[in-house]
Amino acid sequence: MARYDSVLDLIGNTPLVSLAPLTASDPSTAGVALWAKLEGQNPGGSVKDRIAKRMIEAAEADGTLAPGATVLEPSSGNTGIGLAIVCRLRGYPLRIVLPQNVSPERRQLLEAFGVDIVDSPGDEGSNGAIRLAEELAAKAEADGEPVVLLHQYRNAANPAAHYETTGPEILADCPEIDAFVAGLGTSGTLMGVGRYLKEHKPGVRVIAVEPPAGEQIQALRSLDDGYVPPIFDPDLLDRKSIVRPLESIEWTRRLAEDCGIFAGLSSGAAVAGAMRVATEMGTGTVVTLLPDAGWKYLSTGAWTEDLDVVVERAQRIIYF
Amino acid sequence: MAEIRIPTVLRPHVGGAASVHADGATVREVFDALSADYPSLRDHLISDEGTLHRFVNVYRNDDDVRYLDQLDTTVAPTDVISVLPAVAGGF
Repeated sequence: MARYDSVLDLIGNTPLVSLAPLTASDPSTAGVALWAKLEGQNPGGSVKDRIAKRMIEAAEADGTLAPGATVLEPSSGNTGIGLAIVCRLRGYPLRIVLPQNVSPERRQLLEAFGVDIVDSPGDEGSNGAIRLAEELAAKAEADGEPVVLLHQYRNAANPAAHYETTGPEILADCPEIDAFVAGLGTSGTLMGVGRYLKEHKPGVRVIAVEPPAGEQIQALRSLDDGYVPPIFDPDLLDRKSIVRPLESIEWTRRLAEDCGIFAGLSSGAAVAGAMRVATEMGTGTVVTLLPDAGWKYLSTGAWTEDLDVVVERAQRIIYF
Repeated sequence: MAEIRIPTVLRPHVGGAASVHADGATVREVFDALSADYPSLRDHLISDEGTLHRFVNVYRNDDDVRYLDQLDTTVAPTDVISVLPAVAGGF
């Protein structure tokens, strides 16, 4: 199939690729089949195209979103880029609240699609983008402006996109799956895929990896400024662990060097987690999800510069 | 003694230290020992119900203890316990 009516029809149905060059290199993982789902193959370059399309469709279907309205969303980049494509094609102006400390490529991509970017303080991380987007939505409502905040952290269409597409694709392509490992951001991927897999193949383990984001947010005044996404159901996970920037970058490099896969830094974190799980399992099948490709991270020097320099640089940006 | 890494937001409760040390065979015992040394820290780690504070994540060597045995998760003297605020992820 090579002809499509719309670029939106290219979203999803991403390939699973074996990471055998990684597992075969260590006796402790040689008995495990590890597969990576390449979400960088989506037209906007990330897994977030799936939820962008699904959230817009849901808002149109329930009447929340109609022609003339502006779409508003806090995003560190990928959801914004996905929404930019969908909104361009559907005719909605898009306003993205973007933390100042994202990689410049993410900002450039949003600018390429003509997105109205509102900066949020970098030292507040994604918490700050959410806070500011909620304030802007409240002000627009008070002013009678037609602005629709999709809010991926609390929007049921986010996990639904993965329950309806990502999860079924994984199980169809890899029915022998024993464990699924993915990064935890909004939690949408893990909630949607996790729920689908547990319903359709009981016994599959669902494992989250996350960056030590709480270490990097300098502006946190108290723990009560913390945030747990409303869509997050902790009972769907079997395990959750931290992957630090050094390990994320090392595995991002191994993906390129050993597998020829040019993936983003959060993909390195996912593979780090998947390799830990593979080591413990010894035998079986693990699927991990690589959220995006490496293009948006070239400015970090992740593949070419001194590791210590890159780690220090990664600690100052939102890369997950 | 286990090392406990303290996030920036809680460092004022431990004299500004980035990490401290405490004895204990479980996370609960380690936190009890810490609270003896730094009394104002306790309310930030443990809720009134005796469970982990809603916006605190605690990791034993990078594994979230909520998916191990919660506060009863065992701790060895060589373990590193990381306390981190729960914040929104990216994307």
